[in-house]
Amino acid sequence: MLRIIVCVKIVPKPEEVSVDPETWRLDRSHARSEINPPDMNAMEIALRLKDRHGARLDILSMGPPFFDPILRVALAMGADHVTLLSDRAFGGADTLATTYTLAKGIEKLGGADLIICGEESSDGATGQVPAGLAEWLDIGQITMVHDAQVDLERRVVRGRREIKGGHEILETTLPAVLSVATACNEPRFMDYRIKEWAFDPEQVTVWGRNDIDADPDLIGAPGSPTIVSGLEEATSRERKRRFLQGSPEDIARQLSAVIRQAI
Amino acid sequence: MVQSLYGVAEETKTIWVYLERDGDTLEGVCLELLARGREMADTLGWSLEGLLLGQNISSLAHAALACGADRVYVVDHPRLADFTSEAATEAAFQAITGRRPSMFLVGVTPNGRDLAGRLAVRLRTGLNADCTDLRVNPETGVLVSEVSGFGGGILALIEMPQRRPQMATVRPGVFVPPEPDPERTGEIIFLDVDLKTTPFRTHVVERSVGEALDLTQAPVLIAGGRGVDGDFDTLRELAGLLDGEVGATRPPVDDGYVERARQIGQTGVVCRPKIAITCGVSGAFHFVVGIQDAETIIAINNDPEAPIFDYADYCIVGDVREIVPALIRELQDPRLATGNP
Repeated sequence: MLRIIVCVKIVPKPEEVSVDPETWRLDRSHARSEINPPDMNAMEIALRLKDRHGARLDILSMGPPFFDPILRVALAMGADHVTLLSDRAFGGADTLATTYTLAKGIEKLGGADLIICGEESSDGATGQVPAGLAEWLDIGQITMVHDAQVDLERRVVRGRREIKGGHEILETTLPAVLSVATACNEPRFMDYRIKEWAFDPEQVTVWGRNDIDADPDLIGAPGSPTIVSGLEEATSRERKRRFLQGSPEDIARQLSAVIRQAI
Repeated sequence: MVQSLYGVAEETKTIWVYLERDGDTLEGVCLELLARGREMADTLGWSLEGLLLGQNISSLAHAALACGADRVYVVDHPRLADFTSEAATEAAFQAITGRRPSMFLVGVTPNGRDLAGRLAVRLRTGLNADCTDLRVNPETGVLVSEVSGFGGGILALIEMPQRRPQMATVRPGVFVPPEPDPERTGEIIFLDVDLKTTPFRTHVVERSVGEALDLTQAPVLIAGGRGVDGDFDTLRELAGLLDGEVGATRPPVDDGYVERARQIGQTGVVCRPKIAITCGVSGAFHFVVGIQDAETIIAINNDPEAPIFDYADYCIVGDVREIVPALIRELQDPRLATGNP
């Protein structure tokens, strides 16, 4: 049977994150959390493959224990089990430490034929986790796919992706990492008939650093080569901020003059 | 602490730019990186060098020299004819560990991202992705990468004090492209790599490339947001009159009114047009970063409190569905087309 692991990040809802005007730090304390929207597109691709071929579908996430209830959305959509990597020692991880930790979790789960990720996270938006994961696991990757087809006999996966001015179809051998293009599909709703099952404590496993045999030098802040050395307020260039008044026709005349001068 | 494969003590005082091929030319973002790399190299008194991977591509090395590189390393190998992340990663890995540059800069393209993500892990080094600016500390030679925090107007400065190379990726349009100087000369060095043990896992089954849309070159950008209610035809008409292109914020793209290649902002395209006209755009920061370097910004929104007005030169509080058609009629007025403006 096909084995799939979808990596899911829990992120604060962007519209609910504010900025502390004193410290310039992001204030996430009042923001509710959700599954990173691009990861929902990854879920949908995984569920379509499960519908078609039958599959064992695991969810892997990383973060504090309070992510547990949010991850159950994935179970109610059709995933079989959730594993949450949760340990204070994982905190402060940059891409290198994050991809290492996820890769150790995947190994501990026994690996999979396909590891599927969203294209990027809405709060970090670096898009570098899928390629980093593929490297730690030493397997192939196809990123930003719009759809994926698995050929179980030949043990390959094909993914179609958009490139500048067109598209390409790549094929790689299983096991492989896929990342899924943001908003390329319509993620399905939760199935409320299995809600009770999805909230059964047994469906979520929490693993710490010892459970995944993580090298303490490679996780969290010690495993992260990058440091934040400063924060600055974004300064954009001084703008005129001139408000134009009048009827739409008056405004159009003024705009037309502005445009002709600026072009 | 785990170390990268070489550290500050072993680095050569060089800045490398990954030179990605785009058909018969180099990707525009690579040229932009050469321009900024040149400035940084001059600040430090270092050498700016390019890494070109492919087959029969050495003619592109001259383009990189003309755009500011002092030296270009060319890896010519049949396994690199079509980009695959495994072969490219291994070739770049061997070139980098052999020459030990202090920095390795990559443009954000689908293949650039694939390469950077794998390569950083293989080198056990950090990766500052999607930077909005790159600077150097002239005393220490440390790269300071600026990335914007999501949602707010916050910029984080990221450094990698110990591991090498210092890797960063930058989107197209962030830096100004250089003025090529065909008289400029430099060194072209062919490097051998051993890809015999690199597995053949991935291959291209089909590739179809037509005319590429390049919003970064448009002199006029008409950007529509939620407030245009999906009516992008009117915006296209306006763009047509001004020889411009239509862009959008994320919601209309997600809703399918506009193709994703036209999404402007942090997770889309960064433009620097002469004129940007935003229509029904509220002005979330992650959008604004995509137009903030426009010479002139005109904002139309029915909410006088919309943050977009803080970033605009000309602000119109009004209904997009009235203002844009009136502007189209005005621009079509034959008296203006034939007479002096």
